Amino acid sequence: MKKRTLIYEKSSPGRKGYTLPACRMSEDEILGSIPAEFHRETDAKLPEVTEGEAMRHFVALSVKNHHIDKGFYPLGSCTMKYNPKLNDVAAAMPGFASHHPMAPCSTAPGSLLLMWELSALLAEISGLPSVSLQPVAGAQGEFAGLLVMRAYHLKRGEKRDRIIIPDSAHGTNPASVTSIGFTSVQIESNEHGVVAPEAVAAVIDENVAGMMLTNPNTLGIFETHVKEIAEIVHARGGLMYMDGANLNANMGIFRPGDVGFDIMHFNLHKTFSTPHGGGGPGGGALGVTAELDRFQPLPVLEKDGDGKLFFNYDRPDSIGRLHSFYGNFANMVRAHAYIRTLGGEGLRRASEIAVLNANYLKTLIREDYEVPYDGPCMHEFVASGSRQKKLGVRTLDISKRLLDFGVHSPTNYFPLIVPEALMIEPTETESKETLDDFAEIMKQIAREARENPELVTSAPHTTPVRRLDEVTAARTLDVCYKGDE
Amino acid sequence: MPYVPNSNDDRRAMLSRIGVSRIDDLLSDIPTPLRLNRPLDITATSELELLARMGELAESNSTGLACFAGGGVYDHFIPAAVAAVVNRPEFVTAYTPYQPEVSQGTLQVIYEFQSHICRLTGMDVANASMYDGASAMAEAAVMACKVTRRNRVLVSETVNPLYRQVLQTYLSGRDTQLVAVPMAAGVTDEQSLSEMVDDQTACVIAAQPNFFGRLEDIEGTAKKVHAVGGKLVMVVDPIVQAILKTPAACGADIVVGEGQPLGIPVSFGGPLLGFFAARKQLIRSLPGRVVARTRDIEGRDGFVLTLQTREQHIRREKATSNICTNEALCATTAAVYMTLLGRTGLKQVALLSAEKAQETARRLCELDGFAPYFEGPFVREFAVKTPLPAGEIILNLVKQNILPGIDAGRWFPGLEDCLIVATTEKRTPHDIECLVEAMKKLAQSHAMSRM
Ligand SMILES: Cc1ncc(COP(=O)(O)O)c(C=O)c1O
Repeated sequence: MKKRTLIYEKSSPGRKGYTLPACRMSEDEILGSIPAEFHRETDAKLPEVTEGEAMRHFVALSVKNHHIDKGFYPLGSCTMKYNPKLNDVAAAMPGFASHHPMAPCSTAPGSLLLMWELSALLAEISGLPSVSLQPVAGAQGEFAGLLVMRAYHLKRGEKRDRIIIPDSAHGTNPASVTSIGFTSVQIESNEHGVVAPEAVAAVIDENVAGMMLTNPNTLGIFETHVKEIAEIVHARGGLMYMDGANLNANMGIFRPGDVGFDIMHFNLHKTFSTPHGGGGPGGGALGVTAELDRFQPLPVLEKDGDGKLFFNYDRPDSIGRLHSFYGNFANMVRAHAYIRTLGGEGLRRASEIAVLNANYLKTLIREDYEVPYDGPCMHEFVASGSRQKKLGVRTLDISKRLLDFGVHSPTNYFPLIVPEALMIEPTETESKETLDDFAEIMKQIAREARENPELVTSAPHTTPVRRLDEVTAARTLDVCYKGDE
Repeated sequence: MPYVPNSNDDRRAMLSRIGVSRIDDLLSDIPTPLRLNRPLDITATSELELLARMGELAESNSTGLACFAGGGVYDHFIPAAVAAVVNRPEFVTAYTPYQPEVSQGTLQVIYEFQSHICRLTGMDVANASMYDGASAMAEAAVMACKVTRRNRVLVSETVNPLYRQVLQTYLSGRDTQLVAVPMAAGVTDEQSLSEMVDDQTACVIAAQPNFFGRLEDIEGTAKKVHAVGGKLVMVVDPIVQAILKTPAACGADIVVGEGQPLGIPVSFGGPLLGFFAARKQLIRSLPGRVVARTRDIEGRDGFVLTLQTREQHIRREKATSNICTNEALCATTAAVYMTLLGRTGLKQVALLSAEKAQETARRLCELDGFAPYFEGPFVREFAVKTPLPAGEIILNLVKQNILPGIDAGRWFPGLEDCLIVATTEKRTPHDIECLVEAMKKLAQSHAMSRM
């Protein structure tokens, strides 16, 4: 039997997966008004399959995915909570989904009102009064937030270009710093896994534009000294940025704006349940203090004298535009629906249960795995496979073995400060039974590591494919099908 | 409490296993003064009520406008099978494919997406997606600066002004010089360009078709920028690309564009889909994720994220870009759309759109006071000179359920009488008739009022 993996290998000339009206004129007539020098040389060799064949192809592919609707997905820092379906129904309403962004504002009062309300909801949750919905991912929020910092200092006539970042920070933080032409100053977390005020005091000076802090941090630990740290940074004229990827631990419990943060991004695709779609699209709204509002990206949604919403482009201090239009609108609808479904009480409860679930799972897992920072955690915790490593079983192997049990692995090898890191975030939408089962699987893998390490190091065994040759992939770089050329 | 399964009994059992008595005990790291001492002021609502409210908001928009607006986002027909695939939770609720053994669905679809984009553009490599056409273009400029070790970016004035604004933001903190190449008669002024390219030019950015729908002498531009050792960044429309000369043949080094027309709803402008393709020599400098085909230990075909050492989670401050979350589900959508339409269908969409543009242009320009804004060929979008400000026309026609186009004057001072009109296969003869009739009436009453 011939192997047919790719859609191209299932293609056959003359098959069609569409019906379209006929053109009135012939192809030659239509193209006749375009000089020949602009014509395409030969047709783009896209597949030719029927709709039924395409469905089979994609459905067969889809079932090879692990996903949150199928099973547990404790991927730390990613907040893989259940994605409520009502949110998708709302986002797909034709009045939202079919509205062209070039249409005048006056034709989209419902969309504008939704955005206005979502900004207000996020402001209430964060304690930062000005929220731009334009950034489409956390990293774009960071980029925008750092540009706000830069603009703020320049406005005051200061040319600062250094950003303090703890060693536990996510990779996007230093990458975003570089993308605005600043340099990052990395500081170490202390033995409790948090940033000590002294560490900040040791590097702060008048060149520091600000500090980026994730709170709770990527170890899942609340940065206890955040207030003192903010005071140190503010005293030297710097600003505080919060990476809000971990906001799922905070809702209704503490507000970044109340504890000294000037700027933060939200990840709508984490905290506010918009689905991850295999890697995106997300939403990276940017919250700032009233003082920094003037720097928000263009355009800014405002109310005129009559209470009518409009996009204001006349904001001379703005950092400028980030997106072709207004951001990922469909995800704004989803986040809005989610926040309103839970309400203030429900959001707080979600955060509390996220914290409870993480602590409970930590209690179960620490019997077999090291947990380097073993105080109470917030919504996630970081275990280490260092004990197992001594037996020749790496964290990578543990992660692969987990897949055999139908659960996704935790985030591994991040944060960088924990060797053999297994970063575990259960989220509030998982039941006690799911957590118990996961802990049992982890226990079994720990036992296997002792008694039959080969079973773990050769895992996974039951997945659609087994370990893949990444070295060859990076060498041959087959990133585009050429089989039929 | 929706979506949270644990009951009070479960919670008690869990707390006791942890060894604390209340959830609050777990929050002891948060100093009391830092805590919020009141409930969040957000009222909860039921699914039923919420959907009713959302319905009201959605319907308060002017729904069902006959859409002649483009500017990178086009109102194309989306076959039913696209949603049937793309709404599958297997695709919707998966995360980034960090564990390839349980992500082959997403990974293979992205590999196929990359392949389709390469075939459409003639380029060798494509990435897994960028946020939108604008950020893809900005990242292309950043990449061109890096690979040439130069810092001068030339962008034609005929490139989508919204993209140029984003470009400016993306370059604002970098040590780069952004220069606009002026236009003449709606295309890049080749004379000026010749004078502006120099040995510090990292790239020239030009669009085909450009913002006015006009066709540019891209090959001429390519020669000029290559002569000084710079790169050509080309912005393309993926639908029109089915009938226009490939960027590869035009001499482009990096090709970017907005993938929304490939089966993605217009959704008030988001989510969109940036696509990004390049010559193979540039692969190690690409921003974003790239999927490669390989084998598993049993010799089966499989797919993985590759060259991850370019990316932020490994390279941190030295990464090629800070992008992490991208637009994967939109890339999936585009892959499904391109599969269904295929070799002949995508071309048919392009031809239908072009045919309707030709008809619409002809009909509009027969009206008194209307004329082509620029002479010359176009494909599916064109600029018309209007007897009254384009902005006024738009505000008037939306009241008649027609979105007649884009007001160029918003970004081009002096072009207030320039309306940019786009068509897709969805525009019916009736839509075109209504547009022409409404314009005619409006122009007549305008002429009357000025007598
Ligand atoms: C701690 C942290 N910061 C920032 C990001 C970047 O967010 P995004 O992927 O939405 O760009 C992530 C997630 O990937 C994260 O976990």
